[in-house]
Amino acid sequence: MGIILSEKPKVIVQGITGNTGRFHTALMLQYGTNIVAGVTPGRGGEEVEGIPVFNTVSEASGKFNSDTSIMFVPANTAKDAVFEAISAGIKILVIITEGIPQKDAIQFINKANDIGDIIIIGPNSPGLIAPPHKINIGIMPDHIFNRGNVGIVFRSGTLTYEIAWHITNKGLGQSTCVGIGGDAIVGLDYIKILKMFKADEETKKVVLLGEIGGNAEELVAQYISETNYPKPVVAYIAGRSAPSGKRMGHAGAIIMGNTGTAESKINAFTAAGVPEAEKPSDVVKLLEI
Amino acid sequence: MKLFEYEAKDIFLGYGIAVPEGNIANNSNEAEAIAREINRPVVLKSQILVSGRGKGGGIIFADSITESEKEASKLIGTLIKGIIVDRLLVEEKLDIAEQYYASVIIDRKAKKYVILASTSGGVDIEEIAKISPEKIVRYWVHPADGFSKQAAESMLSQFSNLSHDDITKFASIIHTLYKVTMDYDAELVEINPLVKTASGKFIAADARIIVDDNAIFRHPEFSSRDMVRSDDTPLEAEARKQGISYVDLSGDIGIIGNGAGLVMATLDLVNYFGGKPANFLDVGGGAKPEVIKKGLKLVMSKPEVKGVLVNCLGGITRCGIVAQGIIEALQEACEKKPIIVRMIGTDEKEGIQLLNEAGVPVYPTLEEAAEEILKRT
Repeated sequence: MGIILSEKPKVIVQGITGNTGRFHTALMLQYGTNIVAGVTPGRGGEEVEGIPVFNTVSEASGKFNSDTSIMFVPANTAKDAVFEAISAGIKILVIITEGIPQKDAIQFINKANDIGDIIIIGPNSPGLIAPPHKINIGIMPDHIFNRGNVGIVFRSGTLTYEIAWHITNKGLGQSTCVGIGGDAIVGLDYIKILKMFKADEETKKVVLLGEIGGNAEELVAQYISETNYPKPVVAYIAGRSAPSGKRMGHAGAIIMGNTGTAESKINAFTAAGVPEAEKPSDVVKLLEI
Repeated sequence: MKLFEYEAKDIFLGYGIAVPEGNIANNSNEAEAIAREINRPVVLKSQILVSGRGKGGGIIFADSITESEKEASKLIGTLIKGIIVDRLLVEEKLDIAEQYYASVIIDRKAKKYVILASTSGGVDIEEIAKISPEKIVRYWVHPADGFSKQAAESMLSQFSNLSHDDITKFASIIHTLYKVTMDYDAELVEINPLVKTASGKFIAADARIIVDDNAIFRHPEFSSRDMVRSDDTPLEAEARKQGISYVDLSGDIGIIGNGAGLVMATLDLVNYFGGKPANFLDVGGGAKPEVIKKGLKLVMSKPEVKGVLVNCLGGITRCGIVAQGIIEALQEACEKKPIIVRMIGTDEKEGIQLLNEAGVPVYPTLEEAAEEILKRT
């Protein structure tokens, strides 16, 4: 059953009455996602796309026995919304919101880690999609994806659409695709997701899309090499031509001194025996080998 | 947002961390007056936000009042690492016995703030880590627990060469640095060097604070401040004012796309085919025609740009809207330069049709589009 999600997760949308929340609720429903409730403080009793809106997460999760939530709330109230979700018993939390202060992210991610069984995806994530089960909890355009056995883990949404599009065009497809988020501080990371793909019967091959900034790619390369990772992995790193000291769109995509360069990441994958695509269209070619 | 040294020192002072006696000078007369008031040898420090300021000649010592005036008039208006020096911090020259290091940074892997302290200050922390890693101690702060004075003291007691009195003073400073980090939503707070004077006082000889851009909404004291950074190029400054995510590069192919990773991949592909990108420009998700238009006009206005490649992968961004923005920009741009669009995804039929009618070539794959723009430039 893919990774992270159960067969038919009952999903709550936090921030459902905003433009973005509303728009993507419609798309997620259309794809087949089982959205049971929305939450916006002060808007309880309304409906969005036929989905009932509640004032609090605990009302919604209590009524529908739901433990999965996707968040579209603005950055300045996101921390409170995450803490509210955690105390209402949410176990899988997908945070789409971009621009959350790092201090807030550090606080709620550590809180979730202390409790232990909570998965936070993001912040600044395009969410996750499981084409074999028609579940889309996020903002990825579903028509690019196709059911298949390639698991994709990534930071950047549109780069993933590019890669998924090549995979789909070749007649292949995806098992689960998870965006860990473009921020410096994120919940689920590459290594945790690779561990899940390892145990997932639906996933036969893994595509890992990285970008400049930090050293998460180096760490996952080390993990692959040390554990003799049993499934084929293909990597692609964006930002070979990025200059040092400049943020390339994502808050986390910045080379500082010698840390976070594409070269360092590519070298790490090469050392781990992971084939690295030189350009996006090469990913699918490497998958077919 | 990087704060200037003098701003960071003002903050430190408010928290009881000692900083050298001094003041900010906008011209050599003011520098002279400050030096006269200090009435001891001084140091003139350029207030610019680039690293390596000292090595670049931006920090000058002056032993007399006349020398202060002379050196200040030389320093103000000069270029240090490409930045014009417009203000100096004139401070007493410290009587240095020891140089230490203290900072709070974010550890992306641990997802925590980490306190760093070293008995070997005055050089880059990366340098210390390489040469004498045993001289650095670290403490990862659990956000729920915070960072107590006791924790600071026990962290520093790992330094066997520090006296009990020194540990108490040093600990009080790192304890305060964490408080500053929290109060200002900083992603970095650093004192390097933290000077122990001959008389045993601990003084922050330098000060760096970087406030998390995402947290500016909680700090109205910075919101009125010009968001433009002194290390921005003129076009980057213009883009920042317009709220566009833009980075200048040294080539001649303008690049626009939606999504940070995709734009980076587009730059890399142009490079791969032997071209040189002129910029990075991400219009973001769900961009409106206005943003596309502004972005394209900005890129077209760069003299070095010979042609522009637009990579639009529709998702939450609709191709029709992107096409509309491109067409409006082309109508308004004074200078016509070749433009190639790659377009697939949500609403692509409408987008492609609009562009075709306007005579803009559209390709379905990024590689075809990249090769085409290289042919035309």
